[in-house]
Amino acid sequence: MILVKGKKEVEERIESLASELLEKVKSEKSVAIIGIHTRGIPLASRIIEYIKPYIAVEKGQLDITFYRDDLSKIAPNPVVKATKLPPIDDKVVVLIDDVLYTGRTVRAALDELIDFGRPKKVYLVVLVDREERELPICADFIGFKIKVKKGEKIDVKFPETDGSETSIYIRR
Amino acid sequence: MWYKKDLLGIKELSQKEILTILDVAKNFKEVAARPIKKVPTLRGKTVINLFFEPSTRTRISFEIAAKRLSADSLNFSSSSSSLVKGETIIDTALTLEAMAPDIVIVRHSKVGIPHKLASILKSSVVNAGDGAHEHPTQALLDAFTILEHKGKIEGLSVAIIGDISHSRVVRSNIHLLTKLGAKVRVAGPLTLIPPGFEKLGVKICKSIQSAVEGCDVIMALRIQKERQGRVFIPSLEEYYEMFALTPQTLKYAKEDAIVMHPGPINRGVEISSEIADSPRSVILDQVSAGVAVRMAILYLLANVKEKQDG
Repeated sequence: MILVKGKKEVEERIESLASELLEKVKSEKSVAIIGIHTRGIPLASRIIEYIKPYIAVEKGQLDITFYRDDLSKIAPNPVVKATKLPPIDDKVVVLIDDVLYTGRTVRAALDELIDFGRPKKVYLVVLVDREERELPICADFIGFKIKVKKGEKIDVKFPETDGSETSIYIRR
Repeated sequence: MWYKKDLLGIKELSQKEILTILDVAKNFKEVAARPIKKVPTLRGKTVINLFFEPSTRTRISFEIAAKRLSADSLNFSSSSSSLVKGETIIDTALTLEAMAPDIVIVRHSKVGIPHKLASILKSSVVNAGDGAHEHPTQALLDAFTILEHKGKIEGLSVAIIGDISHSRVVRSNIHLLTKLGAKVRVAGPLTLIPPGFEKLGVKICKSIQSAVEGCDVIMALRIQKERQGRVFIPSLEEYYEMFALTPQTLKYAKEDAIVMHPGPINRGVEISSEIADSPRSVILDQVSAGVAVRMAILYLLANVKEKQDG
């Protein structure tokens, strides 16, 4: 495992992502900020902390397992986490995930979201864009662009989910 | 991870497998509260309900479970099928399999039919009740309901009252509850308790009072009125006097004890209306739990099958 971004750099970048997002949505009455399991959730909670003094925020979380397109190819992990969403009809929704790669997770998240209502607008915030998309999906706010080889993995760590300090690693 | 092709009985399941099903079911319970109660998880899968014995609630529960997972489900019942034309069960099953279903749900009055079909068919088989043997999804939904209300199963005392001899629900429940560390007692007319039943690890009580005393969970079983032509009990009135769940008999249970029943209930036979409609009755929660648990089972089985194929 190679450390590519340390605690200070990641935390600062998350803060500036939050401020870019706030700039975009500050004219709204409220926004729904929804983290995608697993590491979209600690990332979302940091962004919420930053912007909630300025704008009304509703929290949510999404587990996309039931909407995956590759359930038949992978041995399913029976551990599915809860999906909890605020009302999203006519709301500005911000989807948050740690890494954007093929785009398939975001496709599933959008499909799931749309089964809950019709948002006015959906933004996507990711901490890392590793490119190599397999679907025409792009993020509105990107923390870092990190190019890695196929077979390598980007690991984002948070104290809540990984018990180690906020950081980004490349795993070979 | 899930490795079993079929769900035939609780006896064959490990504690870990039971807990996996209950865990996954929790998520599907949440799906039932969504505005669109349907997820695309099993899109393109086919589930056949093969019921050789009349059933409304179990069949409907499986059907709703399959539909909420976006699977196509269809029903095959013995009265409307070629069975009345003399086809054997195995031929029926092979014929259905030729249409490539992914999961076959089977109920039959004879013990072991689902097991036999599971050994022949490539599809996953779910036992929805075989004779007086097992009814695993009922036991799982009962356990799910207990967990929702009590937060645990280990250490609880559970009393099961009624027709023990003819009940597949009781056998599956005993396997499950004892595997998860509950203490189980049974009570009922002695003509309806099979000899040697204590070998399953349960205590047999002579009266309903001694069975429910200090209990956390009380399950009444249905007295199968249609069987009473064969005289196992003197009369339904006498049964009510001796073994029904009533405010009087429940005085001996813990104050927060919950009352369960697999349905359909016979008011005034095994349970009084006061109890069936009281806040401690969780009978309708059992019905809701049934859909979530069956969704979890279909989800796990549909995906294990793909893994074997691949």
